[in-house]
Amino acid sequence: MSANLSAFFYLVSGILFILALRGLSSPETSRQGNYLGIAGMAISIIVTFLSVGNFGPGFIYVIIFLVLGGSIGAFIAFRIPMTAMPELVAGFHSLVGLAAVFVAVSAFLKPEAFGLGAVGNIKLASLIEMSLGAAIGAITFSGSIIAFLKLRGIMSGAPITFTGQHFINLLLGLAIVFLIYYLCSSQSSNIFWFLVIISFLVGVLLIIPIGGADMPVVISMLNSYSGWAAAGIGFTLENTALIITGALVGSSGAILSYIMCKGMNRSFFNVILGGWGANEQVVSSKAKEQKPVKNGNADDAAFLMKNASSVIIVPGYGMAVAQAQHALREMVDALKKNGVKVSYAIHPVAGRMPGHMNVLLAEANVPYDEVFELEEINNDFANCDVAYVIGANDVTNPVAKSDPQSPIFGMPVLDVEKSKSVLFVKRSLSPGYAGIDNDLFYRDNTLMLFADAKKMTEEIVKSL
Amino acid sequence: MEIDPFIFRLSIFILSIFIGYYVVWSVTPSLHTPLMSVTNAISSVIIVGAIIAALSKSSTSIFEISNIFGFIAIILAAVNIFGGFLVTQRMLQMYKKKKK
Repeated sequence: MSANLSAFFYLVSGILFILALRGLSSPETSRQGNYLGIAGMAISIIVTFLSVGNFGPGFIYVIIFLVLGGSIGAFIAFRIPMTAMPELVAGFHSLVGLAAVFVAVSAFLKPEAFGLGAVGNIKLASLIEMSLGAAIGAITFSGSIIAFLKLRGIMSGAPITFTGQHFINLLLGLAIVFLIYYLCSSQSSNIFWFLVIISFLVGVLLIIPIGGADMPVVISMLNSYSGWAAAGIGFTLENTALIITGALVGSSGAILSYIMCKGMNRSFFNVILGGWGANEQVVSSKAKEQKPVKNGNADDAAFLMKNASSVIIVPGYGMAVAQAQHALREMVDALKKNGVKVSYAIHPVAGRMPGHMNVLLAEANVPYDEVFELEEINNDFANCDVAYVIGANDVTNPVAKSDPQSPIFGMPVLDVEKSKSVLFVKRSLSPGYAGIDNDLFYRDNTLMLFADAKKMTEEIVKSL
Repeated sequence: MEIDPFIFRLSIFILSIFIGYYVVWSVTPSLHTPLMSVTNAISSVIIVGAIIAALSKSSTSIFEISNIFGFIAIILAAVNIFGGFLVTQRMLQMYKKKKK
């Protein structure tokens, strides 16, 4: 296949990828969009086979490995529980990163196969592109592994900080720049390997100081990195599909990081520099005084909600941990039978990744037109009888609006306290991930339901 | 004077960033998780590079070191392509409208 024709087909798959993302603007068009994405991928792969044109024994192996990887991927995709989506996405990011590193390594070892010159005499531009691709890919890989371990709970979600951390990161960052420069003048393979190793290290150091609650930002950021790595490789291979995709994914991840940071009212650098939540805990434990809270049980909650005319559900990460989404749906069904109007309010940073709560509710067959974003529903709390807070905490804390001293001051929160009564399902009075005591617990219109989110919801269903 | 082809690729890249910017802002927040999984799947188009690496002709054997890196990259990218698209599909199937 001629180079011009294949370049045209790569452009077609790039456009199909754009349409795949465009489809996600509404759930109705999203499924079709996904098929367009699959078509784009198929075109890219077939065109690559035709343009390489080597159907020798190596081709058989390529097919075998393709099927092998595909089966593993399909197996994971069908088996993974929806609550594990954040770590799955982190894991997938690491694979993209590593694949980028391996392609770059391969191009460095055998540049003639890619038309980039010869060993020891690779074109300067190609060398810069592939070393950038390799470095960003390596950072994506090791960073995503750490994010995966934290999300999976294998590694503690607490931030790991040590003195001189930022200085070391800065030094390593400068080292990457210097190594790329040195690599270009020397073409030495030792420098290339050294660059890859340093980048792996940077990825680890970049993610360990970031706490569990900041994971939505981290995942989005790594999503963005995986895109930039792909774009770097795309420039090396002079491949339009890869360049377009890299740019799309890179900007997608960057926008999501921005939305997540805005949801927490924090700057991107503040999140990345990390360590948040480590020093605040000291303050909160000191400030903890014994204030009276109203304690209720499932019957009280059932009575309140049954007699309400409207109820707003506020789910959070705790719902995901307790796997309470199905029980919640049963509760809502029972309420609806009693003529209660029910809607769901989702905070942008509820859960461990963007849109995490929406997927869990969709899994429990909650229609998406009953689920609302913060801006859409926040005014409705004032007219609502009962707010049912299940597994959310910091995102409901009124302190964010009233106390300029609070670390979460200025963060957009759901105005839960404005509803006539608040039912707060929680295991204990412990502070949330930000380490701040929630003022809502002590309000007159708040009834605390101390239990596991799933058990409490199931009990409420029984007493309805 | 002739324009370096690199400039063309850079133009495509920068324009795509703009397209990405507008397209992603129009994605509804409730689909942000499928957005992440589908971007994951499409960024695995890097498999193109892996296939070229794996199939590059060599004098001695089909398993030179650079080919091996290509083959491993094929497995990694394939996991992502199939895993990413299928899990996205699975999620999108769950988004349903209210039955009236």
